[in-house]
Amino acid sequence: MDWVNAILQGTLLGGLYALFAAGLSLIFGVMRLVNIAHGDLIVLAAYLALTVIMALGIHPLMSLLAVVPVMAVVGYVLQRSILNRTLGDDILPPLLVSFGLSVIIQNALLETYTADPQRLSAGPIEVASLNLGGLAVGYLPFLMFVTAVAIIGGLQIVFYRTGLGRAFRAVSDNQDIAQLMGINRRHVFALAMALSLAVTAVAGIFLGIRTSFDPATGPARLIFGFEAVIIGGMGSLWGTLAGGVILGVSQAIGAQVNPGWQILAGHVAFLVILAVRPRGLFPRMDG
Amino acid sequence: MPEPILRTNRLDARYGDFQALYCVDMELGEGEVVAIIGANGAGKTTLMRSVSGLMKNAAEQIVYRGRPIGALRADQVAELGIGLVPEGRQLFPSLSVEENLIIGGRVGRSGPWSLAAIYALFPVLEERRHLPSTSLSGGQQQMVAIGRALMANPDLVMFDEISLGLAPVVIKQIYDALPGIVGEGMSAVVVEQDVTKALSVSSRVYCLQEGRVSLEGCSDTVTREEISRAYFGQ
Ligand SMILES: Nc1ncnc2c1ncn2[C@@H]1O[C@H](COP(=O)(O)OP(=O)(O)OP(=O)(O)O)[C@@H](O)[C@H]1O
Ligand SMILES: [Mg+2]
Repeated sequence: MDWVNAILQGTLLGGLYALFAAGLSLIFGVMRLVNIAHGDLIVLAAYLALTVIMALGIHPLMSLLAVVPVMAVVGYVLQRSILNRTLGDDILPPLLVSFGLSVIIQNALLETYTADPQRLSAGPIEVASLNLGGLAVGYLPFLMFVTAVAIIGGLQIVFYRTGLGRAFRAVSDNQDIAQLMGINRRHVFALAMALSLAVTAVAGIFLGIRTSFDPATGPARLIFGFEAVIIGGMGSLWGTLAGGVILGVSQAIGAQVNPGWQILAGHVAFLVILAVRPRGLFPRMDG
Repeated sequence: MPEPILRTNRLDARYGDFQALYCVDMELGEGEVVAIIGANGAGKTTLMRSVSGLMKNAAEQIVYRGRPIGALRADQVAELGIGLVPEGRQLFPSLSVEENLIIGGRVGRSGPWSLAAIYALFPVLEERRHLPSTSLSGGQQQMVAIGRALMANPDLVMFDEISLGLAPVVIKQIYDALPGIVGEGMSAVVVEQDVTKALSVSSRVYCLQEGRVSLEGCSDTVTREEISRAYFGQ
């Protein structure tokens, strides 16, 4: 029963990793941009939530109503003003610029909020649990997992059932030809980044509720996000969810064997999958 | 002569240090079909890319309905009603056949072309509309590429080597459809390696040679000798 429980908890934790990763996966899929600042943007969202919560005295989950649109606007402006300029045949400029952005965000957070660890307190639901056939399932991890599935399902619908999604796929396939269809790729890229950071806002708030965070927390989240994306296969959204779950379950199993092995087990699972399936478990058919 | 729908003025184009077009002057009248011929590497595709905005030029080097458009982005040029059927078809592999057509209609200009009209022109596409575009034969993909450009209801459409790599029977099918397309009052530029085909669909012809216009003439009066001289130089 301990093992079943470990796998279940790992699966739920995987939902959070999938939330970290979904925004990365989305922009990689649309514009082949590897956003090194993604983890720091998650932490930025958590701090924005903290500010909103302190100012208005509302519940962290309510702060989503403010933080999601703010992060979406940040994403749009960031892409149009900075990141679009770095995109081209050379993959190095976007990496360097987003790395620089990561450093800037960390320092700005340090200046504004100090290095003290913070948490978003969600009250009684943090300890509430559901009883599923003898297994205690934390209410919060369950909510995170369901949210992750819903968000990834929603992104999937946007991608495959809407005009915006068609534009995303078209620019991803062939930017030149997409422009011939009257698509302004700079605008479409900025919309993709807006969507990515809207998802990041949700990830940041769940992160803040689950664990404490400080301005330097971002890079570690970025690693989990990357691993989930790469395990699942670059650019595949359901693959990213699977990647998050595999990472979460590996960590839970590792921790079950020896509490010190939790993080290591996740990285080992990542390396093994990368060695066996270099393109991930569910790579997109093309490219 | 009335103001042409499209005119290039001493158009230059370069890829980095390499200059691909020199001083190209070309005109296309309203409702006219002009053919562009020339050997491999002569600059035909570069000319199409310049007009469609995929390559940037000085604004006045390309004039569309009296308006300088050389410096516009490709999406802005598309909104003005210029369509391109690119060399090598270049369908979107992640989109189904029907999605490729729908995205072509995204600019939302009104006119005779709609999904129903494209399916009436190429019935085989309707049967395959939910398949991935890459699963079609070369000829069917070319039909999708043509339909995708028409869906925008352009006033001017450019076809870059639509018969390249296709079986003769398919080429005939596509060329048989052409008068019906251009008959809707559209102006067209047809780039074609097959000189006989090019001359038969056009009223005037330009030949490019190493980035320069080497011949300009009426399609029914140019002679074979003139053309072969324009193709290969003296
Ligand atoms: N992306 C590029 N970078 C550098 N040079 C290029 C590029 N594309 C084309 N060229 C060069 O520009 C010249 C004109 O090429 P273009 O593709 O316009 O010729 P074309 O007449 O369309 O030939 P084809 O019949 O082979 O399609 C050629 O010498 C070609 O090598
Ligand atoms: Mg060409």
